[in-house]
Amino acid sequence: MDCQLDIFFLEAVLNGLLLAGLLALLALGLNLIFGVIDVVWICYAELVMIGMYGIYYAHKGGVPLLLAALFGILLVALAGAVLHQVVIRPVLDSAPINQLLVTGGVLFFLQAAATMAFGVDFRNLGIRFGSITLADMSFSYSRIITFGVALAAMLVLWLFLSRTYVGIAIRAIAQDRQIMPLMGVDQRRIYLITSAIGGGLAGLAAALMVLQYDIYPQIGLQFGPLIFMICVLGGLGSLIGGFVAAFIISEFIAIGGSCFATEWGYAIAFLFFMVVIFIRPQGLFGGRS
Amino acid sequence: MLELSDIDAGYGGFQALFGISMSVQPGEVVAVIGSNGAGKTTLLRVISGLLPASSGAMSMEGVSLRQTPPHRIIETGIAHVPEGRRLFPRLSVESNLKIGAFIPAARKKFEERLAFVYELFPRLKERRAQLAGTLSGGEQQMCAIARALMSGPKLVLLDEPSMGLAPVIVAQVFDLVRRIRREGYTVLIVEQNVRQVLKIADRAYLLEVGRIKASEPAAELVASDEIRKAYMGI
Repeated sequence: MDCQLDIFFLEAVLNGLLLAGLLALLALGLNLIFGVIDVVWICYAELVMIGMYGIYYAHKGGVPLLLAALFGILLVALAGAVLHQVVIRPVLDSAPINQLLVTGGVLFFLQAAATMAFGVDFRNLGIRFGSITLADMSFSYSRIITFGVALAAMLVLWLFLSRTYVGIAIRAIAQDRQIMPLMGVDQRRIYLITSAIGGGLAGLAAALMVLQYDIYPQIGLQFGPLIFMICVLGGLGSLIGGFVAAFIISEFIAIGGSCFATEWGYAIAFLFFMVVIFIRPQGLFGGRS
Repeated sequence: MLELSDIDAGYGGFQALFGISMSVQPGEVVAVIGSNGAGKTTLLRVISGLLPASSGAMSMEGVSLRQTPPHRIIETGIAHVPEGRRLFPRLSVESNLKIGAFIPAARKKFEERLAFVYELFPRLKERRAQLAGTLSGGEQQMCAIARALMSGPKLVLLDEPSMGLAPVIVAQVFDLVRRIRREGYTVLIVEQNVRQVLKIADRAYLLEVGRIKASEPAAELVASDEIRKAYMGI
């Protein structure tokens, strides 16, 4: 344990920043779904897992990595749309607890199905991009690529939501559901599009995560709670809040991990989360609780 | 233009409208007056499809409205400015206007109509980048009307445009209604402010507990003792 303001501290801060890009991307998808459809996809990280397996098997089957990544994005976008049509739509008017339980059911179903289909082995693509050394600090290229792609994707999504008719309708529906028919907007169609976008973001996250992480059926348990915590900390449904919270949480993890141990990083992050939620139950940027 | 015949509607077991028959001709301003709870807002919600009618027939220029899904009624040329304005508070004024032009036929004419509503309401142009939730009440009503005009409607349904506004602003809002009428829009307006609305309407229907009690030229309703006593407090 040593926690001086030296070059290693700076390295931890910068690595936290790189991690934040990925976490922000993951939080964005979940927040978008919640903000628009008012349903929490507890199984969000499991969709990412499906995407990682899809990319893994496509690439192992001879598909070039970029095409495999594109396949993964489309696969999870489709999975998101199917999840909405088959599982969410029938419970849209049910109590929130029922919606949570049903997506929770999907979580365990996907984990079990993945375990049966793919086994419990840890798999990875075996791709190594190497790393860059700056002063005495080292950063892996895969993290840098992940950060850059995640930021670019968020920028594209922001442009989509602020410039296009469908994008503005997606934001509008989160503010006033009932009058959307008066604007000529078919709510069911917007929900379906939003679900596909949410799935697509999970697929993109999967494409980035296969560069850094092993693939196994329970990987959702590693990321799911973290993503959920970030969304709640930022204020569920607040896209900006999720973005900011991702940076806060990953700095706690990175700096805590560098000063003490990785597990301590997570412990401190969750402790901070609990304190904030006691003080501001609606989250940092949340308008509603 | 708009024809309703024998329309019933309600919420769950509660029936709010009983056998409503009415019509609106092109170029008219028609008012629906009545006290609180008479079913005025319900009537507009039924026409624009927010609330399904339980029986009767309804058509806009020959197109059956009861067989049109709610989100496609706007395509028949009906735009509804709902009670309480219902702007999207965290979208800019211009984004609110853009969503008013969501239907495919309106998207093609977005720039043209945007210029038109900005000319009609210069105040909105000044505030185009501002969040709609930060506008004053009168400006919000302007924005709500402008949003409805963005779809290129033939008939504009206005639900209590003066509600919750200061008296000075109310006069301005009725002035807005005159202006959109002058632009050639047909208007069906629901109001509790009977005195003001009868000044701008050609005809009016009097709605009492879900039934049409009278249908007369506005000038005659103004002169009627019963109306003056019951609704205008004279």
